[in-house]
Amino acid sequence: MEHLTALELRKTISAGQISCVEAAEEIFQQIDRLDPIIGAYISTYPHQALKNAADIDRRIASGQPVGPLAGIPVAIKDNMCTTFGATTCASKILENFYAPYNATVVEKLLAADAVIVGKANMDEFAMGSSTENSALKTTVNPWDTTRVPGGSSGGPAAAVAAGLCYAALGSDTGGSIRLPAGFCSVVGLKPTYGRVSRYGLVAYGSSLDQIGPITRTVADSALMLNVIAGHDPADSTSIDENVAPLCDYLEKLDEPIEKLRIAIVPHFNAGADRQVQNALYEAIELYKKLGAQVIEVDMPYLDYAIAAYYVIATAEASSNLARYDGVHYGYRSDRARDYIEVYSKSRAEGFGKEVKRRIMLGTYALSSGYYDAYYLKALKVRNLIRGDFARVFQECDCIMMPVSPTTAFKMGEKIDDPLTMYLSDIYTIAANLAGIPAISVPCGFDQNDLPIGVQILTPAFTEDRLLRIARMFEAQTDWHAKKPPIAK
Amino acid sequence: MDHLQYKVVVGLEIHVQLCTKSKMFCSCAVEFGQPPNSRVCPVCLGMPGVLPVMNKQALEYAVLVGLALNCEIAAFTKWDRKSYYYPDLPKNYQISQYDLPLSAGGFIEIPLESGKSKTIRIIRAHLEEDAGKNLHTAGNFSQVDLNRAGTPLLEIVTEPDMNTAAEVRALAVELQRMVRYLGVSEADMQKGHMRFEPNVNLIIAKDGIEYRTPIVEIKNLNSFRALEKSIDYEVSRQIDEFFETGKTLETGTKSTRGWDDVKEVTVLQREKEDAPDYRYFPDPDLVPVQLSKEWLEEIKSRLCELPIHKQLRFVNEYGLNDYDAGVLTADRSTAEYFEQVVAQGGDAKRACNIITQDLLKLANEKGCTVVGLRIPANHIAQLCKMVVMGVASATAATTITTIMSGSPDKPPEVIARERNLIQKSDVGELEAVVDQVLAENPKAVEDVTSGGKKSSKACGFLLGQVMQKTKGQANPKVVSEILAKKLE
Ligand SMILES: [Zn+2]
Repeated sequence: MEHLTALELRKTISAGQISCVEAAEEIFQQIDRLDPIIGAYISTYPHQALKNAADIDRRIASGQPVGPLAGIPVAIKDNMCTTFGATTCASKILENFYAPYNATVVEKLLAADAVIVGKANMDEFAMGSSTENSALKTTVNPWDTTRVPGGSSGGPAAAVAAGLCYAALGSDTGGSIRLPAGFCSVVGLKPTYGRVSRYGLVAYGSSLDQIGPITRTVADSALMLNVIAGHDPADSTSIDENVAPLCDYLEKLDEPIEKLRIAIVPHFNAGADRQVQNALYEAIELYKKLGAQVIEVDMPYLDYAIAAYYVIATAEASSNLARYDGVHYGYRSDRARDYIEVYSKSRAEGFGKEVKRRIMLGTYALSSGYYDAYYLKALKVRNLIRGDFARVFQECDCIMMPVSPTTAFKMGEKIDDPLTMYLSDIYTIAANLAGIPAISVPCGFDQNDLPIGVQILTPAFTEDRLLRIARMFEAQTDWHAKKPPIAK
Repeated sequence: MDHLQYKVVVGLEIHVQLCTKSKMFCSCAVEFGQPPNSRVCPVCLGMPGVLPVMNKQALEYAVLVGLALNCEIAAFTKWDRKSYYYPDLPKNYQISQYDLPLSAGGFIEIPLESGKSKTIRIIRAHLEEDAGKNLHTAGNFSQVDLNRAGTPLLEIVTEPDMNTAAEVRALAVELQRMVRYLGVSEADMQKGHMRFEPNVNLIIAKDGIEYRTPIVEIKNLNSFRALEKSIDYEVSRQIDEFFETGKTLETGTKSTRGWDDVKEVTVLQREKEDAPDYRYFPDPDLVPVQLSKEWLEEIKSRLCELPIHKQLRFVNEYGLNDYDAGVLTADRSTAEYFEQVVAQGGDAKRACNIITQDLLKLANEKGCTVVGLRIPANHIAQLCKMVVMGVASATAATTITTIMSGSPDKPPEVIARERNLIQKSDVGELEAVVDQVLAENPKAVEDVTSGGKKSSKACGFLLGQVMQKTKGQANPKVVSEILAKKLE
């Protein structure tokens, strides 16, 4: 059963071939067997999950209506607030933080009768590309346990890949859903900024953060997006549905886009490993066979995306993370002698190295005398990148590029070299800066049997088309159906 | 030594708490005097993952004040984060407005004692959220009450156009009257609804040269008295300092001082060199506010006649003196009540006397407003007519209003009749009494008719006798006339 997709499980449950309790039990058996090796979860909730599953079974048995995710075991990244368990952000500073409220997406999952099995590991405060920055746990790549799962949503991606849940929610600030999805051979969707409520998502870079699904198939991502998308009065930046209407993302999923025009940016793609490039161009060849037209375009400002990102994201982070000061909640140093030391010592002891690095970077960028040269300049670059995308989308339906320049790298390989680590996000960051949706779809393996993903980007609020384009590829390939040996 | 020539220069920052139902960015109630931390939620506690949602009422109130201050209202305004660490600030940043305030470039007229007015320019007025309160009553520890955190505050900044402490006070009082008129703030000083921060320096003329002393900002004054006293103190302190150190605006530094209410001195808090860098940047969690023409017009329609204009009109239209007009217009409902009395036929001067002398005293005793006494305006108009026609004396009017405040529905004529307070003005009736008194007091009559020193005293005696015989109900004016005629 653990190799079914979420949609398949839904059918199996509604056909009465398996109960929600049985589905959940199987997942917890798999977690017991594999998670000691994988390390995907920071916390699991078997008692609560089985109780909820039993309740859904009862409602199904008595003919009551159930939600679209009825009985489907899902994982959420541990930066989404829940009234059950801690919400740690994989940080010592929030290790014992118990949120008094549920994030909007959590409410939506529960309302859809999903069974939340656990909260998954991540880079501390979603800062990183390998999940090695977690202060609480090590997560490995299910395809090669000596390698990283990618980050920052490494826990959710590894959990989906290893069959430790049927679907997961991650968050993506600069590639944090798509990169681990690519490294773990699963589907990762970053929706348009504003499509999914951020309320209850612990902020990293508020103007970039977006919650999205990590699933085994494109259809499962559509299923998850159906549940989590929509305006939230608690999030002023979530889009008014009159401006950008919602739709049923599953409805036309299998209808291919006719005369698809694909843009590629050759000079930009050339920065990726040969094998990654090959996989990308093979994927594009397949689209050509399906009738697509490929247009080579120039997007000169993409080269500045990383620089702009590390100013904007860290500037926002330096302010967002100011609240973790040991005064109101979270870790408080017991060595503080006055209130200034409550701040300095609690933060010095509570935050990890990368988080401190980014707080300092962002604080610097916002400081008087540097604001114009860094923060303001970065905002200008961001606008130019938006312009690049707008121009390309006038003549193309989508852009395709690698998810990352390499496949999954070794544990410890880049952790002491932040700049090299930052370059892992070179292909994913632009979508966040432009606020547009992007998806990572499995498209092959390198010679070490490590997964490769293809990234597809479309204009803002066209997730329906994005998913259909991705589904066109998935329907012709079986990369997504491959399982890591460890999970078999 | 010549008489010292100097000029005081003061600009003022005023914080006004707006009386919205809920806080600036969450739905917690704005209530004073509640148990600590009982009016809080995850948003105003700055919990991880929360997002602010702008309170539309607060924005409209702020626009209303901006309009009353003759400011330009920005069609596009945004929110910025102001960063600083303090335990009463849960997020360690305050949501405020930095470079695009919602209103700017206005002026306010303030009444001066001479009956004239002065125009003070307003630099800007912007919205922000208030912080909580630190309480230092628990021995070695400080405690934080966050009930006030997130309360909407309007910050108004004037140009340094005031030249005496009395002018500064007049502006503060005028502003209090204005925001109360507009119904946007209770402006209760005791509850900290208005707080002042004056910037003070002097222009000193010495040996034909003008010197400017360094600017001092006095923090957080919360009474008119402290405002006035602290400026007076600062003036003499700055004169002394100038003659001691010779420091000027150019050679000295701007500093911040606190006010010691007990010792009545200002105390140095901070020199400008170590002034904090607030690292303002646009809050990515809030969308900019676009104020449409229609919305602005709708808000404009809620403007009322401003107190200073009403005061001036009362002088011109009703012939009141400036002082009385000021007393009547101190409170909007009282001013409106006065106009109702006049509209119902009450003589303006009589109405003014009854309201400012009798009703205000009664209202103060009851701890309510004049309107709160619930005496119908037409009853007061009736009473005015009775006084003008001589049916009731001024003394009787006082007695009648006192009774009215206990039984507000009783018309004044009924009270006057019941209490025998109707004044006798019938000439025929009173002539008979006068004749009787003259017959009984030949000695006094002789003193009057013979003229000389005893004349006026004897006249008073005779009048007294008449009043005694009529049990005080004779109209003394009529009696005097009869006496004068008979003793010619
Ligand atoms: Zn609140």
